[in-house]
Amino acid sequence: MKAQSVAAYLLPVGCLVAGCSDAQSVLNPHGAEAESIALLFWITAIGGALIWLAVVGALIYAGRRHRKPYSQASAARLVLWAGAVVPSILLAVLLGYALALIPDLRPLAASADDDRLHIEVIGEQFWWRVIYHPPDGQPVVSANEVRLPVGERVTFSLKSTDVIHSFWIPPLGGKMDMIPGRTNTFSLKATKAGIFRSPCTEFCGPSHALMAFTAVAMKPGRFDRWLANEGKEAVNGKPGLKPFLANGCGACHAIRGTEADGAVGPDLTHLASRKTLAAGSLPNTEDAIARFIAEPDEVKPGVRMPAFGMLPQDEIDAIAAYLARLE
Amino acid sequence: MRLVPKEIESLWTLFTAPAVWAAHFLLCYVGAAVYCAKRSSWGFGFEWVRVGIGVATLLALTMILVSAWLAWRQWGFGAQDPPHDRPTGHDRRSFQGLATLLLSGLSFVAVIYTAMPALVIAECNP
Repeated sequence: MKAQSVAAYLLPVGCLVAGCSDAQSVLNPHGAEAESIALLFWITAIGGALIWLAVVGALIYAGRRHRKPYSQASAARLVLWAGAVVPSILLAVLLGYALALIPDLRPLAASADDDRLHIEVIGEQFWWRVIYHPPDGQPVVSANEVRLPVGERVTFSLKSTDVIHSFWIPPLGGKMDMIPGRTNTFSLKATKAGIFRSPCTEFCGPSHALMAFTAVAMKPGRFDRWLANEGKEAVNGKPGLKPFLANGCGACHAIRGTEADGAVGPDLTHLASRKTLAAGSLPNTEDAIARFIAEPDEVKPGVRMPAFGMLPQDEIDAIAAYLARLE
Repeated sequence: MRLVPKEIESLWTLFTAPAVWAAHFLLCYVGAAVYCAKRSSWGFGFEWVRVGIGVATLLALTMILVSAWLAWRQWGFGAQDPPHDRPTGHDRRSFQGLATLLLSGLSFVAVIYTAMPALVIAECNP
């Protein structure tokens, strides 16, 4: 076989493996729930592979080695045992095992615990409003990034303002829908630090595929320092604030510590500290911010933010430079 | 005279066990959902929902066993092997008996699977 054709066969395999990139993989568990889901997956996958081998082995045996008809009684016995009794028992065992995981996957009573961090996440087309409620302290509003301390169980309240979205941090645990008019509660416990990509997992409109957030599991001390900083007002050092306010950006976006107090779009107080821009659509760079100001609908079809491409380029650049430094 | 005649000239008996399975399924899921929606005005805990599901499961399994026994009898207790495909009344009844027996087996297993979550789920989602 030529090297080229080997590569042609291996290419799809490579793509599949690339699909298991760590940031968004349930097979890369960093949380208590994800560990039991990954174990369940491996048990099911390996069990399925063994059953497949047994069935194909029986097929090959019957077709190649034992080429004589079976008696009707022995065929009926095979169908009864291999077709009904054994599968029913295996399914009952698998079901019992999966059901036994439920109390740990959805620890409900513990959710009502008041003395721990509670994070409210609200899905909106096509971004995430994130409000941290520390047990002792004021709520902290942020967006498009969820940070949580390693080793502590965190309660999530999931809501939606428009259509059904779904919240999922694959390396940490299972997912849960965000349904307009309802508050769904669940909890997660990160066991290892890491940075993960968390896609919206319920089709929610034209930019559904561009609606993701970054989840960051951090050491508790670092998390506390980060949350304290996130709760502070913006440090205002650049001239870009003036055009930001003059062009009405503050009607939709809040930057705490300035006159901008809009609540329609994402809070931008510490925009520069986030890993991505526009809910996982762009890298968080000054150029990307300038591009998003000028043509948000080109980046995210159906976005509610109007395009500001008619502004002079120097004003766009000044606003982008200002926002890119809001640490 | 038998309470339930041995030769039933109706297809309805075929569906007895699946119908019990369906009723049990609806009772479990609708019952738990209604309880969790109304629990604040009802004065008992979720453990009584689990007990109720347990009682309903025993009742359903008993009904399915009765249906299976009647079907087994209709099949002649396995005196003749399938496929029962000759164009006679006897074969038609035997075929129906065997089909009912198999459906009873399926329904029996399905009712157990339906009830299993009640073993581990101890509360409503807050």
